Amino acid sequence: MKKNIEIRWHGRGGQGAKTAALLLADVAFNTGMHVQGFPEYGPERMGAPITAYNRIGEAPIRVHSNIYNPDYVVVVDETLLSAVDVTNGLSKEGAIVINTARPKEEIIPLLNGYSGQVFTIDARKVSMATLGKYFPNSPMLASIVKVANIMNQDIFLSQMEASYKHKFAKKPEVIEGNMNALKMAFEEVQ
Amino acid sequence: MSIRERMSGNEAVAYAIKQINPDVMPAFPITPSTEIPQMVSTFIANGEIDTEFIPVESEHSSMSATMGASAAGARALTATSSCGLAYMWELLYVAASDRLPVVLALVNRALTGPININCDHSDSMGARDAGWIQVYAENNQEAYDNFIQSFKIAEHPDVMLPFMACQDGFITSHAVENIELIETDKVKNFVGAYEPDNFLLNSEMPMAVGPYANSPFYMETKMNQRIAMQNAKKVILQVAEEFEKISGRKYGFFEEYRLDDAEVAIVIMGSAAGTTKDAVDALRENGIKAGLLKLRVYRPFPGEEIAEALKNVKAIAIMDRAESFSAYGGPLGSDIKSALFDAKSTACAVNYFYGIGGRDYTTDSATSVYNDLLDIVSGKSEPCNFKYIGLRK
Repeated sequence: MKKNIEIRWHGRGGQGAKTAALLLADVAFNTGMHVQGFPEYGPERMGAPITAYNRIGEAPIRVHSNIYNPDYVVVVDETLLSAVDVTNGLSKEGAIVINTARPKEEIIPLLNGYSGQVFTIDARKVSMATLGKYFPNSPMLASIVKVANIMNQDIFLSQMEASYKHKFAKKPEVIEGNMNALKMAFEEVQ
Repeated sequence: MSIRERMSGNEAVAYAIKQINPDVMPAFPITPSTEIPQMVSTFIANGEIDTEFIPVESEHSSMSATMGASAAGARALTATSSCGLAYMWELLYVAASDRLPVVLALVNRALTGPININCDHSDSMGARDAGWIQVYAENNQEAYDNFIQSFKIAEHPDVMLPFMACQDGFITSHAVENIELIETDKVKNFVGAYEPDNFLLNSEMPMAVGPYANSPFYMETKMNQRIAMQNAKKVILQVAEEFEKISGRKYGFFEEYRLDDAEVAIVIMGSAAGTTKDAVDALRENGIKAGLLKLRVYRPFPGEEIAEALKNVKAIAIMDRAESFSAYGGPLGSDIKSALFDAKSTACAVNYFYGIGGRDYTTDSATSVYNDLLDIVSGKSEPCNFKYIGLRK
C-alpha cells in the first residue's frame, strides 16, 4: 500500500467541499489515523471553483503542499467538468466520484480520457429525499468513504453520528436527515 | 498523558492561549490570523477564560493597547498577519525598546503589492530588525509548542523582549492535522504567573515607560536590547529543556534532519521543512547524502551554531520565502552566508527564493534543489549566487 491516501475535492464556493474534506479528516482521525484536511484558497466567493484536499495514513504526515497526483478525486458539482481538468494527475489505479444524475456513459467522455474507475452518485436526489434541501456534502462524503474503502461502513456511520451530534448540538433535528443521507449514499453510489 | 487531538494551526494557537489564560488580548482581524482572536473571544464569552478582550479599530491600536497593558503589568498578546503587521510597524520598535514581553501570534502572509492573501515570510522578514524574538513553526504542533514557550522566554528577567510566534498562513493555519496537546494544569504550571519587577500600576515605585531618549541615551538603549537578544539564546534553550520535560518534544535553535553525513543540504524555515524531509528520505533511499537544517529561531540568529552544523556539507541551498530586493540575495541567505564566511566555510551556498505569495513548494521542488546542489558538487554546473524556483515558464 502507498504510504498515504491522497484525495482532491473539487467544488464550488458555498457547497461545502471544504467542510466535507474537514469532516473526512475528522472521522479518519477518530478511527486512529493520521490526517490532513485543508482547502486551497483562491478568490473566495460563492460559486467560484474551489479545491480541498485530504491526506490519510498510518504514519505522521509531513508534506505540506497541494496534491497533484491524487489517488481519488471527488467532484461535488458536475458543471465543473467543463471548467476544471478534474482528472489531472489522478492515479489510474484510483477512482473519481462525481455528483451527477446523468448516466455514466454520458460522463466518461467528459473526463479527458481518464482510464481509471468512475463512480457517480445523484447527491441532489439523496439530499432532497433525506434532508428536503440540497446539501451535497454528506452524500459525497459517504461516497468517497465507500469508493476509497477508507473504513468500515458501520464504524463510519457511528463516528459520523457522534460528529453530527457535536456539530449540530444546536440543531439536533438535522442529525437524522444527515445520517439517512449517508446511508442512502452508500447504496446509491455506483 | 498528552491529549490526542486534531486541529488547525490557528485552533492550536487559540487553544494554547486558552490554556495560558493571559490578562489582555487586544486584536483587529486580518486573514489568515482572524480565527485566533475569534476563537479566543468565544472562549471568553463562554466564560472559559477571563482574559480581557479589547476589540480595536486597527492594528496600530491593537499593538498600542497590547503594549499599554504590558507596561501596566499585565500579560498581553495579540495576533495579526501581513499588512496588519505592517500597520504595527512604528510600535514594533517601541515594544522592543520599552522591553515589553508581549507575544504576537503572527500568521505569515505576503505583504500587499500586488494584493495576495497567501503565505510568504515578507511580513515577518520586514520586521526582523525591529528587536523582536522570532520563532517559526513547521506545523500545528510546533505552532502550539512554540506559543506555550513564548511568554516564558519573553518574560525572563535577562530577556524582557517581545516575541513573534510565526506560522505559515493557510498552509498550517488552516490545515487540520493530528496534534498532541498538553494538559492545561501542566501548561499553566510551566508558563507560571507573570510578576514583573517594574510596572506602571505599581504605586510603590512610580516609573516612566518610553520617555524621550536623545543622543546621550539612545545608543545605550539599543546596546541593551542587543544584550537582551544575546541572553535570549541561553533562555530559549533553557525553556526548551524544561518544555521537553512536560511534552517529550525536543526543541533547539534549529532541527538537523539527516544532516550528520550530508553532502548537500537545504536550510529552510516553516512548513516547507516537512515537505523537504520527505524529499530527503526519497533521495537517501537512492544513496544520495541529502540533509536538512530547519531553522526555528531566526531572531536571535544562531549564526555560529548553524555554521558548525553545516561544516561538513559541500553545497548548501538557503531557502528564502521573502524577497529583499537587494538584487544580491534574501534575508536568510545573507545572514547564513555571513555566518559561513565567519566560520571560514568553503562550502558553495546558493540562495533560493521559493513559495512567494503562496506559490506551492512540493517534494519535487525540494528534489530539484538537491539535484542542483549535486551538480555543483560534481562540477557539472557552476554555483550561482541566487535563484528562483517554481516560476511559471
